[in-house]
Amino acid sequence: MKFIINLKKLAFALVIILVFVPNANSTEECFESTSRAIFKFNMALDDIILEPLAKGYNKLPDPLKTGTSNFTSNIGTLLSIPNNVMQGNFKQLGHSVGSFAINSTVGILGFLNPAERIGLKPSKEDVGQTLGTYGFGAGCYFVLPLFGPTTVRDSIGMVADTFVDPFAHVTIREKELLGASGNNLDYYSVKATGTIDFRADNDRNFESLEKNSIDLYSSLKSIYLQDRENKIKNSVNNQDEWGNLDN
Amino acid sequence: MKKLSVYLISIFLLFQTSLFAYSSIPKDFINELVVEVIDKLSDKNIDKDQKKDFISKVALENVDINALGLYTLGELRKSSSESDIADYQTSFKKYFLKSLTSRLSDYASSKFEVVGADKKSANYTIVNTKVIPSDGGVDIKIDWRVYTKNPEKPLIRDLIVEGLSLARTQKEEFASILNSNNNDIRILIDKLNEFTNN
Repeated sequence: MKFIINLKKLAFALVIILVFVPNANSTEECFESTSRAIFKFNMALDDIILEPLAKGYNKLPDPLKTGTSNFTSNIGTLLSIPNNVMQGNFKQLGHSVGSFAINSTVGILGFLNPAERIGLKPSKEDVGQTLGTYGFGAGCYFVLPLFGPTTVRDSIGMVADTFVDPFAHVTIREKELLGASGNNLDYYSVKATGTIDFRADNDRNFESLEKNSIDLYSSLKSIYLQDRENKIKNSVNNQDEWGNLDN
Repeated sequence: MKKLSVYLISIFLLFQTSLFAYSSIPKDFINELVVEVIDKLSDKNIDKDQKKDFISKVALENVDINALGLYTLGELRKSSSESDIADYQTSFKKYFLKSLTSRLSDYASSKFEVVGADKKSANYTIVNTKVIPSDGGVDIKIDWRVYTKNPEKPLIRDLIVEGLSLARTQKEEFASILNSNNNDIRILIDKLNEFTNN
């Protein structure tokens, strides 16, 4: 009950904050030169830490990699549940709840993904996306140290995620939920593993992008913004932007 | 020597005939083209330069590079001089072919499947495909924007990989370079040439 009251307080606070956030076009930069410097720092960290870890991870046996990926993904589904409620998307809510319940039990704590075999495919939802569906613009774009590309809306959403995510509730907030509890280490271990899994999964894509970009910063910015747009709409944007080139 | 000539002539004929053999039905066009490209790229009997030449020929014949170049230039295409546009198009074509060869080589060992097609208008059909990585990774959804104004000669205008448009990404990358350089098209041309020559 206290959790739901906190959710309501948070939702109210977010609405107030976002009313005062300038609704800048998301392609506009908040502070480009600083973001570019942070981007360089992040790329250096990626070279030194994340990339070697991802390459090592990719050498693990496939069942271990798939199991780890399923496990982090299953925990990630928890964040989608309150966001499905806030978005009023009850079909996706069914997918998220069903998938989490089945994978956590039949799927042995989420290491297996039997839910997918019976057609349950939860889409990942976060507070940034929820705010997007409410009509809040992305605001300007910037890069955060360690976390990477974001916008004003998505960075507020990222902080809010830690308040609505049941997994964060039982770990970093150290509360008990349905008999489950954890600590900071659990939370950050799962997040770090999820990051390595994502980086490993996209290792070849990153290399190809790095090799073929004239301005990698701008390519990643474009990819990030397109991805967020698609996730908010829950569809792929195929709209025609080719204008008079059709003739 | 005779064997070598026959081999070279066979390769030449194979490439020449294949370049004009694709279907005009968008779904079949993409299927035939990609299957052939994957086939050639994974053929160990063809060396790197021959593969590069093959991709260039296929791209020049089947991708609307001219329109893609103008699209990625954005609004500047309306205000630039004809000679600047011509220089830009020349540099863009070289850049595109080099970048395409590199990208395709990265995914050459994958399997490919056409899932469906959606006719958006008389001018466009989106062909939905998926690439199944040979390393057992997750399937990659790729949609192909096929320009069908001339129904007899469909042309590829964009690849939308997992919802991310390569043309739009390219356009925004170029826009950023132009914004940081006072919208000077010559600087963009220099950057494209620099990439091609490296």
